Amino acid sequence: MLELRKMTKMLGDKLVLRNITLSLEKGEVLAVIGPNGAGKSTFFKCTVGLLQPTSGEILLDGKLVKKNTAEIKQRIGFLGHESFLYNNLSPLENLKFYGKLYKVKDLDSKANALLKEVGLYLFRDMPIRSFSRGMMQRLAISRVLLPDPDILMLDEPHTGLDQEAVALLNQIIKKKRDSGTSILIISHDFEQVHALADRAAVLKKGKIVSTKLLGEEVSLAEMKTWYESEVKSS
Amino acid sequence: MILILKDAWTIASKDLSNEIKTKQTIGMMVIFSSLVVLIFSFAFDPTNNMVKAVIPGLVWLITVFSGILGLNRSFLSEHENDALTGLRSAPIDPSSIYLGKVLANFILVTAVQIVSIPVLFLLFDYRFFGKVSWFILVVIIGTLGFIIVGTFLAALSANAKNSEMLLPVLLLPLLSPLLIAGVQATRIILENEVIADASSWIRLMAAYDLLFLAACFFLFEFIMEGS
Repeated sequence: MLELRKMTKMLGDKLVLRNITLSLEKGEVLAVIGPNGAGKSTFFKCTVGLLQPTSGEILLDGKLVKKNTAEIKQRIGFLGHESFLYNNLSPLENLKFYGKLYKVKDLDSKANALLKEVGLYLFRDMPIRSFSRGMMQRLAISRVLLPDPDILMLDEPHTGLDQEAVALLNQIIKKKRDSGTSILIISHDFEQVHALADRAAVLKKGKIVSTKLLGEEVSLAEMKTWYESEVKSS
Repeated sequence: MILILKDAWTIASKDLSNEIKTKQTIGMMVIFSSLVVLIFSFAFDPTNNMVKAVIPGLVWLITVFSGILGLNRSFLSEHENDALTGLRSAPIDPSSIYLGKVLANFILVTAVQIVSIPVLFLLFDYRFFGKVSWFILVVIIGTLGFIIVGTFLAALSANAKNSEMLLPVLLLPLLSPLLIAGVQATRIILENEVIADASSWIRLMAAYDLLFLAACFFLFEFIMEGS
């Protein structure tokens, strides 16, 4: 579904991503893990289309991301480090604003349903400036889900969430995967990666050094050992 | 193009509803322009004939300096929670972000002018003999040109550490042809001279607006890439 071919990115004179070749299948959850400064966020920004790769290609269903930006952005839901929300607007106003930009049909009922799903319906008319980090993250998740994207790109989605919210997010991710949505996650949280991902890729110094299928047969300890050995060896 | 305009209106109405709620920027702009008018009304004796020569310049002075306050805020507000990245990752043309901001800024500055220009005439005891429709036309064309260039430079300087100082330094030299034409056209209209004399200045302003609108519209995408 999503394919990266020999993607390279230079920022200034620094080579941040080196020849990344990776594919994400329909209904697959792929986790990209790696040490700090490995280039994970740049990798995400290039994939979403916020940065243009210096060389290489990104294909979505065979179409070049560079050339079909708006059409492809419509199909990608991007959850970044920040919430991308406006503090003076209420949750409902924020969702309606993004819904209009994504041309979401039946926006009112969809926004209200999502707010109920993430547990923010009672706060729907309050300005979000007083919201906690966890509440912001819940709203950011509903913003991403609003246009019903084919691909979800989640950059450390569990950061700042309490246990209840983590369970809710995991439930949403699994539900989306089951309905055929492809999901790319960047995370440092090995427990969550192990609980959610079908496959993990290790990004180190801008290179994908290894990928591993994760199933029920692979334990958390085994996954950690694999990660540590890949990070140390390469 | 219709889609770009629709998205631009969505962004502009978000900015305006934000402003209606907080009244931060418009309040600051109205207070600033009123203070400038008040100070100048003390500095120049309203009974003096020289005042007539000062009024056209003052109209543009309050527009530009109060407008800069609003322009500075227009992209800085998008840095809150990195909302600009949210806009950039949305399926919209980058130029619709620019047009949306132009629209919102233009409405804000026009609202400030609606308050401050009558106050200016009132405090200077200025009797308006010119044609109101021509005066409004000149003010609209001039303000639009100022906002077109100002919004583009506000986006450019928003990433800089000292953006509030950088914007006027970049903007004022670029505005000089528009301001000269604006002041001259306003003077001719206010003094009720032959309108044909003002038409060449108005044409110059219109050409400035079109030229910079086209350039900023196409270059905006490259600014967004760097932010």
